Amino acid sequence: MSEAARIHLRNAQGRRYRIETAFRWSALITGGALALLGLSRRSRSGVAIAAAGGLLSYAGAKVGTRQRELITRSSILLNCTPEEAYQFWSKFENLPLFMRHLESVTLMGETRSRWIAIGPLGKRVSWDAEIAFDRKDDVIAWRSLPDSDIYVDGIVKFRNAPANRGTIITVVVVYQPPAGAIGNALSKLLGKDPSFMMRQDLHRLKALIETGEIPTVEGQSHGPRSGVAAAARIINPDDPIKGDSKLTEVLGARRRVS
Amino acid sequence: MKAVCWMGTEKMTVETVPDPTILNPRDAIVRITSTCICGSDLHLYNGLMPTMEQGDIMGHEFMGEVVEIGGGVDRQKLKVGDRVVVPFTIACGRCFFCQQQLWSCCDNSNPNYWIAEKMMGYSPSGLFGYTHMLGGYAGGQAQYARVPFADVGPLKIPDGIADEQVVFLSDIFPTGYMGAENCNIKPGDTVAIWGCGPVGQFAIRSAFLLGAERVIAIDRFDYRLKLAEEAGAEIINYEEVDDVVQLLKDMTGNIGPDACMDAVGMEAHYSGPMWAIDRTKQVLKMQPDRPGVLRQVIMACRKGGTVSVPGVYGGFIDKMPMGAYVNKGLTMKTGQTHMMRYMKPLLELIQGGKIDPSFVVSHRVPIDKAPEMYKIFRDKQDHCTKVVLDPWANGSVAA
Repeated sequence: MSEAARIHLRNAQGRRYRIETAFRWSALITGGALALLGLSRRSRSGVAIAAAGGLLSYAGAKVGTRQRELITRSSILLNCTPEEAYQFWSKFENLPLFMRHLESVTLMGETRSRWIAIGPLGKRVSWDAEIAFDRKDDVIAWRSLPDSDIYVDGIVKFRNAPANRGTIITVVVVYQPPAGAIGNALSKLLGKDPSFMMRQDLHRLKALIETGEIPTVEGQSHGPRSGVAAAARIINPDDPIKGDSKLTEVLGARRRVS
Repeated sequence: MKAVCWMGTEKMTVETVPDPTILNPRDAIVRITSTCICGSDLHLYNGLMPTMEQGDIMGHEFMGEVVEIGGGVDRQKLKVGDRVVVPFTIACGRCFFCQQQLWSCCDNSNPNYWIAEKMMGYSPSGLFGYTHMLGGYAGGQAQYARVPFADVGPLKIPDGIADEQVVFLSDIFPTGYMGAENCNIKPGDTVAIWGCGPVGQFAIRSAFLLGAERVIAIDRFDYRLKLAEEAGAEIINYEEVDDVVQLLKDMTGNIGPDACMDAVGMEAHYSGPMWAIDRTKQVLKMQPDRPGVLRQVIMACRKGGTVSVPGVYGGFIDKMPMGAYVNKGLTMKTGQTHMMRYMKPLLELIQGGKIDPSFVVSHRVPIDKAPEMYKIFRDKQDHCTKVVLDPWANGSVAA
């Protein structure tokens, strides 16, 4: 099975997890109610009902207890050499330029870095990561340090595209959101479609590397918008909006691709 | 500044909006001197293209003077003060597709590429003023416009040529020309062209320039057929004949035209039960396109011939005569125009006196009259073929 196919399967298992969770709670509640009902009858049939309820609760408690994990895999063609792509990515400080949910990545030493992401409703989530594996112009892998709030492990590979078309980069990222409110909100955000978010990020990377800028229509003129559309944007903000100050800084130092 | 805004189906208004500003390093701001209403704008006027939003600025055929450029624009290629025609497709010039000269397939110019991917698998380039699915860029029926990747698209125009002679390099002349090029014309070929609107008119003339012996033009408005006839085409008013396909066979010794072009697109007019079905689906928003002409060009084309489709389609269509297409061994060529391939060579044709595109203009009006001109153009009133708007002239409405 190819790597891509395996990841599709894992994500399908993620969907099954959600179904299992639903089953789990309904089984626990129904089973518990049956057990109470059975015990309150104090008869032979009551014992049978209670036993059945107990079994159902047990089955419910057994399923859906695995740790939830989200994996994304995405790849994109960049019109540059693997060396140039590697150079850009290996400076982790560059990642927030195209990963829209990252606010910053700060280097904390040779291999360590602190990552800050903007979660739902502007909540910040921070974790530390270290480089797990690094081979120049070829592959970089990183992982969150133990006891992080959230685990985000990733690997990026740089390969020559056929017919001198540039470089195909392939990124695999595994997220393990924490328990609790922030974790739930994060899972909800990621669970929308983590692969979609990754593809969005890689498209921005492609535009940045190939053209020196990320295409946008934010901030352009328009006539009067309807109230309905404005309300829809407030209810369902698709992306946290960041200032673009850092973008202009890096544009000065960007590499031109002919 | 003044700008023509889409405020809903059949609702265009001229609004006062903020002047555009540089948003990205490779942007330029153009002060517009001439801008036009395109036949494809009528699909938006009629509310048939999905992902328009109230307040969107219309227009993708404009030219003017560069008044500001961003820090990332290549000064060798563009500077303040240049007089330019701006192509309707936006291209970065650096991606795989741009380097293959497939400019209207640019991978980097559509920020909303993912909406287009949902409908088409992959996203074409961003366009000016033509739905959010295709970028959501503010258009050029305004006094100023922001032009992204300004060192790739805009074509410099020397002084001494009138706006009206070159403004159609922004869309319809290259589009008609590419439609004719897509006909794969060999010397002596017969080309049949459905639709004698502006794109059809340029396609007729381009087909002759590319070596066609006969061009047969099909429409239902005599004033448009007359323009086609002036260019040397044989004409058919389809409302006056029983069966266009049979007539074309009779005109070509039962061989059929070597190439057939659909220069009509999604809002074709035809009759019979298919018309009733397609129109109903369109009204119910089940299908944006009325593909009557597309079906007819496939039926009419000779065996082994070429079908060229410069007409615009928006979505999925029914009753496509795939059997005829396959069994006759046809080739179909389509696409939004790869503008930057054609603009310079066509400018040279204009400068060399081979063609004067201003023949197509029927109306010159101040921008304030744009809303009523949309209706006149759509309803083919007043012998309307092409409307050129002056963004700075004072119209009936106070500025």
